[in-house]
Amino acid sequence: MNSMQPISRILILLSSLIMVALFFVPIWQIQMWAPQYPEWLSMHIWIDNITGDIAIINGLNHYIGMKEIHVEMFPEFEIMPYILGGIIALGIILALIGKQFGVWTYLVVLVLAGIAGMLDFYLWSYDYGHNLDPTAAIKVPGMSYQPPLIGSKELLNFLAFSAPDIGGWLAVAAGVLGIAAAVIEVRKRIQYKTAKRNPLVIK
Amino acid sequence: MKIKQVFRITAVSAAIVAMGMATGCRPQTSGSQSVGDAASRVYVAPGEHDEFYNIVSGGFNGQISVVGLPSGRVLKIVPVFSAHPENGYGFSEESKPMLNTSHGYVPWDDLHHIAISTTNGEHDARWAFANGNNTPRIARLNLNTFETEEIIEIPNSAGNHSSPFITENTEYVIAGTRFSVPIGTDEDNDVSIDTYKKNFRGTVSFIKVGNQGDMSLAFQLVTPGVNFDLSRAGKGKSHGWFFFSTYNTEQAHTLLEVNASQRDKDFIMAVNWKKAEEYIKAGEGNLVKARYAHNKLDHNTHTASSTMMEEVLQLDPKLLKDIIYFIPCPKSPHGTDVDPTGEYIVGSGKLAALIPVFSFTKLMKAIEDKDFEGEYDGHPIIRYESALHGVVDKPGLGPLHTEFDGRGNAYTSMFVSSEIVKWDIETLEVLDRTPTFYSIGHLSIPGGPTAKPHGKYMVAYNKITKDRYLPTGPELAHSAQLFDISGDKMQLLLDFPTIGEPHYAEAFPATLIKDKQVKIYRIEDNNHPYVTKGAGNARVERDGNKVHVYMTSIRSHFAPDNIEGVKVGDDVYFHVTNLEQDWDVPHGFAIKGANTAEILIMPGATQTLKWTPDRPGIFPFYCTDFCSALHQEMSGYLRVSPANSTVALKSSLGE
Repeated sequence: MNSMQPISRILILLSSLIMVALFFVPIWQIQMWAPQYPEWLSMHIWIDNITGDIAIINGLNHYIGMKEIHVEMFPEFEIMPYILGGIIALGIILALIGKQFGVWTYLVVLVLAGIAGMLDFYLWSYDYGHNLDPTAAIKVPGMSYQPPLIGSKELLNFLAFSAPDIGGWLAVAAGVLGIAAAVIEVRKRIQYKTAKRNPLVIK
Repeated sequence: MKIKQVFRITAVSAAIVAMGMATGCRPQTSGSQSVGDAASRVYVAPGEHDEFYNIVSGGFNGQISVVGLPSGRVLKIVPVFSAHPENGYGFSEESKPMLNTSHGYVPWDDLHHIAISTTNGEHDARWAFANGNNTPRIARLNLNTFETEEIIEIPNSAGNHSSPFITENTEYVIAGTRFSVPIGTDEDNDVSIDTYKKNFRGTVSFIKVGNQGDMSLAFQLVTPGVNFDLSRAGKGKSHGWFFFSTYNTEQAHTLLEVNASQRDKDFIMAVNWKKAEEYIKAGEGNLVKARYAHNKLDHNTHTASSTMMEEVLQLDPKLLKDIIYFIPCPKSPHGTDVDPTGEYIVGSGKLAALIPVFSFTKLMKAIEDKDFEGEYDGHPIIRYESALHGVVDKPGLGPLHTEFDGRGNAYTSMFVSSEIVKWDIETLEVLDRTPTFYSIGHLSIPGGPTAKPHGKYMVAYNKITKDRYLPTGPELAHSAQLFDISGDKMQLLLDFPTIGEPHYAEAFPATLIKDKQVKIYRIEDNNHPYVTKGAGNARVERDGNKVHVYMTSIRSHFAPDNIEGVKVGDDVYFHVTNLEQDWDVPHGFAIKGANTAEILIMPGATQTLKWTPDRPGIFPFYCTDFCSALHQEMSGYLRVSPANSTVALKSSLGE
């Protein structure tokens, strides 16, 4: 009864293996459009790096007093690979152990990591958009430049768009697999309980 | 007769004469006949791109203009042989060597012809070659940066008109001299002009083109003293041969208008350049002294260098047989053009009433059979009829140039009768004719000189403009006309004004190069000796009376922007590095009183403006290319003190 269903073990294993890809593809993207940039400027956030048109974005942002973006300003990049590695290892170990609690543990860790990541991203973007250089050339009263957490937002002449990148979508997929495993386990449990009450129904 | 009657008759006669004078009894002439839907056929909607790049010579402006087809819009002016204050070409320290010659700095030339590089006779559009006519030079442009990358001077040439034409795999660019001149040492060349026949020689030069486009003067053929006009390489079956039109085979040295128009036939000179290569391999060439400049741009240092060359390898085809054959061609041929198959060679005798078409197969047979009708200065003359495929009868007046559409048709421009005549290469039958406005020189079909023409359009480059545009005083823009040649009839679509005086142009599909365009130069790759990587390294340094300013530019400031300690009599070198790494963000630099020009610095590049202050005072400098919302703030001050001043040299930003 305390064991995972074989299918759940496969799902958890698959879920953690999918996340290995996050070492090789960006997780999040911020795209910016302006009349002068019909080709869009883009910024890609990886677990340990930030790439894209950073120099151009920094050049433009200095007019409104935003800080220059550098890899060094994100201490998260130092620890994120370890956190990701930990989650992957946890998933594999739990799948190998094959106990039902493993499904709950894995899912909770995954969801908490996701929430923590988004919260961290929000806090950084709040600071980045609000903490402006008082000597900036262009000051628009009441204006801040926090990019949207997800979706799009107009910021002066720019339209900013924030969304998961390939890695983000893979993480979502990993989460969906985890949820699927949980659903399977819950249904099995209900089935088991029903069967206990009414043994004839058992297949 | 009553007085009243006389008066009446006189009045009626006067009225008739007046009406005649006012309305004119002249016959109607053909006006411009554009087709009804011409506008929509040349319309390129906002934000859309043209189908063809058209690389157009600028003639006496020494530049090349880049024009989109079918719209006729000018996309860019590329300075080649002429200094260009607009971007500092020929004024910046980096670009001055590009215009160096054995005569020193020559900031102008007369640019006539374009050759777009080919592989297997088809456009690959890696480079464009252009000729400097006056101080003989050949330039090479990179078509991914649209910059002049290399210029090589041609020694023993005068009036580099018969160039730059290329072999089918761009093995060679050739340069034939228009004027024959004495070609010995400077002392030998001081001869009486009337010794033309004895002392004057022609040369055709073969410039080897390397894999990266690098040019080197491989060899020169020394020829009888004649004028070379134009030339074309053989292709396909005639690959290995080159054909040059000649005039003044009379060898006149004065009043050429008359004296060089006496013979019924001049020549097309056929050159077996593979044979010449064999002779060179066999060590038959003579290395002779010659002085010519070879100038080259290095993209990593953004700097051109000029090397003075000392020798050239010459071959004497009078002694080395089988290199040169002369084919008689009626009346001072101008263009000599080879059809896409390489079989037919069209000579356009500009004073002839017919167009002779020669057959390469027949030419080879005549050479094999030694079917000669005599010698010209020791070189065999092929029997005219033996090499002739046939003639186009009564094509029009003043044939100049012929291009091809790849569908078996040839198109010849007629200067005197101001028209283009379309004819069938095989049957030599005239198929269509259309007027041009006015007096066409060159004509150009995209891919027209290649083994695989792109066809579709044809552009006429006219020599006379008159009433085609709003009048602008005595000097008018030279007119060009775009025709649709996809059907049986040539259809006039568009008139467009041009820059300078275009002679030849070549067009090719935009898809060949548009995705390869360089957008920025990587700052990491900038190896300019005076590069400043980052505003933190901006500084000024004194070296005797030279002051080097290591300056950066980025939206929207220069670093440094305050400079003091410069003295009257100093030479100030502003080495400006554009730190931008974004497409289409050049910065300019100009300082008050500079008697040169501005410099325009591309993203990631470094350019240097030399400036010699002539008086004490405060001299503002500023960015000349509207770069950003705070462009007007992108400026600085330089203080100049008297020569004996003790003001310390210093620079700052934001202090």
